[in-house]
Amino acid sequence: MIAELGQFALVLAFCLCLPQAFFGLVGAHKGKVQWMQAARPAVAGQFVFTLLSFGCLAYAFYVNDFSVLYVASNSNSELPTFYRFAAVWGAHEGSLLLWLLVTATWSVALAAFSKQLPLAFSSRVFGVLGIVSAGFALFILTTSNPFERLIPAAADGRDLNPLLQDFGLAVHPPILYIGWLGFAIPFAFAVAALLEGRLDVAWARWVRPWTTLAWAFLTVGIALGSWWAYYELGWGGWWFWDPVENASFMPWLLGTALIHSLAVTEKRGLFRSWTVLLAISAFSLALLGGFLVRSGVLVSVHAFASDPNRGLFILGFLLLCIGGSLGLYAWRAPSFKSDAGFAMVSRESFLLLNNVMLVAAAGLILVGTLYPLFLEALDMGRISVGPPYFATVFVIPMLPLVFLLAVGMHASWKRARLENVKVPLLIALAVAAVVGIAFPWAAYGTPGIMTVLGMVAGLWVIASSLIEPVSRLKGGHSLSPSVLGMSIAHLGLGLFVIGVTGVESYKIERDLGLKPGESANVAGYDFRFDSARDLRGPNFDAVEAEVTVLKDGETVTVLHPQKRVYRVQTNPMSEAGIDAGIGRDLFVALGEPLGEDAWSMRLQFKPLVRFIWGGCLVMAFGGLLATTDRRYRARATQAATVPASGAAASV
Amino acid sequence: MTPRRRRMVLVGLIVVGVGAAVAFALNAFQENLLYFYSTSDVVSGKAPVDRTIRIGGMVTQGSVQREPGSLEVRFVLTDYAKDVTVSYSGVLPDLFREGQGVVARGKLVGDNLFVAEEVLAKHDEKYMPPEVADSLKQQHAGQKPSDVPLPSTAATN
Repeated sequence: MIAELGQFALVLAFCLCLPQAFFGLVGAHKGKVQWMQAARPAVAGQFVFTLLSFGCLAYAFYVNDFSVLYVASNSNSELPTFYRFAAVWGAHEGSLLLWLLVTATWSVALAAFSKQLPLAFSSRVFGVLGIVSAGFALFILTTSNPFERLIPAAADGRDLNPLLQDFGLAVHPPILYIGWLGFAIPFAFAVAALLEGRLDVAWARWVRPWTTLAWAFLTVGIALGSWWAYYELGWGGWWFWDPVENASFMPWLLGTALIHSLAVTEKRGLFRSWTVLLAISAFSLALLGGFLVRSGVLVSVHAFASDPNRGLFILGFLLLCIGGSLGLYAWRAPSFKSDAGFAMVSRESFLLLNNVMLVAAAGLILVGTLYPLFLEALDMGRISVGPPYFATVFVIPMLPLVFLLAVGMHASWKRARLENVKVPLLIALAVAAVVGIAFPWAAYGTPGIMTVLGMVAGLWVIASSLIEPVSRLKGGHSLSPSVLGMSIAHLGLGLFVIGVTGVESYKIERDLGLKPGESANVAGYDFRFDSARDLRGPNFDAVEAEVTVLKDGETVTVLHPQKRVYRVQTNPMSEAGIDAGIGRDLFVALGEPLGEDAWSMRLQFKPLVRFIWGGCLVMAFGGLLATTDRRYRARATQAATVPASGAAASV
Repeated sequence: MTPRRRRMVLVGLIVVGVGAAVAFALNAFQENLLYFYSTSDVVSGKAPVDRTIRIGGMVTQGSVQREPGSLEVRFVLTDYAKDVTVSYSGVLPDLFREGQGVVARGKLVGDNLFVAEEVLAKHDEKYMPPEVADSLKQQHAGQKPSDVPLPSTAATN
């Protein structure tokens, strides 16, 4: 019964997307107030029914209703309750339902907090969001119904993929989707502005907090995925340039470019058509990522299934969204001319460089991701592009960008007079240079040129981002959430750069075979394999090894890596033993028995790896803080005035 | 310098910078293209020797050999037509087992011996790397599907 109720609610949600799209767009076009007013309740209704539908699926999982095919395929009566809930988005159908729920949640949040928007404009925004939701809902209903019955019902389920039975992966998809689909809001705003043929400073002010919020979620989502890959895939890498990782990362790069170009549009009224193009591209790339992942074109750990119908549907939807919005852009954007100028050294120039480099990085990653697909489609052989390509083309634009950022943060609008900050910036650079060379040298050994560049860049950005908050506080001036958020986010970036530099320069990975009692030395730590024993978990059996790590004869930690075999799916799984620390992680993954009681093991030393995810969290926190700025809540009429002076340098 | 000339210099620098970046990127691209070969390709000499490539196939039943206590392992990859021996030193992925489709990255050192730097097996017992599935299909285009245990490519993760 519950499954049918869920499906019925889903159909109703789809049916409500249609009036949301129609009344929103056509009502605004014809100027019919009553039609436009219908869009908002439709959003609310759509949200309620999507939530109900999602709740029904979650309930089916909770009560182990194995007469529902999706539940039977992805759950089991032995599965712990928490993972039974996470299993809702453990495979394709449920993930899509979560997409729809997330889109509906963004829409309803916008409906609740956008009362100050002009009616015609907001109803266009809801209209566009209605089309997006309708597309997702139709996709679920026609190709991927999670409520399909299994007759006769299975006695027990096939269990959730053991890889997904983990806290990190339980929370990674929802947060990633919140970020990804959050870009639907700037997309809808951009299309609405194109339809209206008007894009002013107020527009940028409305859309900025939403974009930053989505970006912050995406940042956390990607960081969680990286963290999970690090400890759960067992091999200690934190980023693999896997096509699906790229699919989530390219929208992030464009989203980052977008929040910076929005700053210029809001403060100076410039880059308007560029901002719109970025807003469209960021969401398009998110959809393209969905296409690549869900259609099974790209096969990786993340790809759920290859079903040509699904691929065709998404491709069609993609063409409609991207083609439609780009066509509209080509038609309308020429009217968004900006007439104000700016000097060569100004905040505008720095932000322009920021955008050029971020977009270039995203473009090069896109080429590497899609090129194998094109070759394959043309039957020119199967190739893949190795991770070193991505690492190289990413670092080429990004390293200069980090250096430019340290200076650019302090440039004022229109014409920058950097004389005021010259001294503190140079002092910061000197300190960064000394620490950036001395610290890795003392702690981890002789640094290479890239190590020094990375460390100095990261430290300089951190020091530079502290200059403004410190000087304002010292002078007794107030510090707005915008400025503080910006500083914190940039500080997070600096931490991230230091983490990446540390891990990539000094990580040590060794595969070896050890017998009980034997030990091996990695980076000055002795890893002693003490024993291995059998262990019985709630839904798995495991072998657990005990590895004592000693430094200079003293015990640092005792690690317990496991090799699990889940009872239903019988896949072996490694659970790494990790001793996390600010300065380094010690990491042991258990391989396989080699005979004579010996086990193969991977021992790793990962310096500063926590800075990577810590930096991302700090970045996201900075973004969240910036969205709380009071000026975003000011009334629309006040927001419409362009700040005349270029002196105030808050972004 | 006049502002005009300064601008020219700046534009020139940007052009040089972008040119250098593009050259680096193209070079990186060229160096990191990995071609995939089936075991039949390797045996018939289509695959280059001493260049990093990827090969794929099924791990032949009973072919995995290991010196007790050693990390050195050898196994035979097959597409049910031709076999290639792979040697690897290191921890094999969780899902590596006999009868399973795997992809190995490494270099061919002649005499049908492939030295792998990395062995990939995906995280699902039903999973078959698409390259392997393709090359198996090509091998057996003439036969009835039931002759070959053709695993489905569906449902990873």
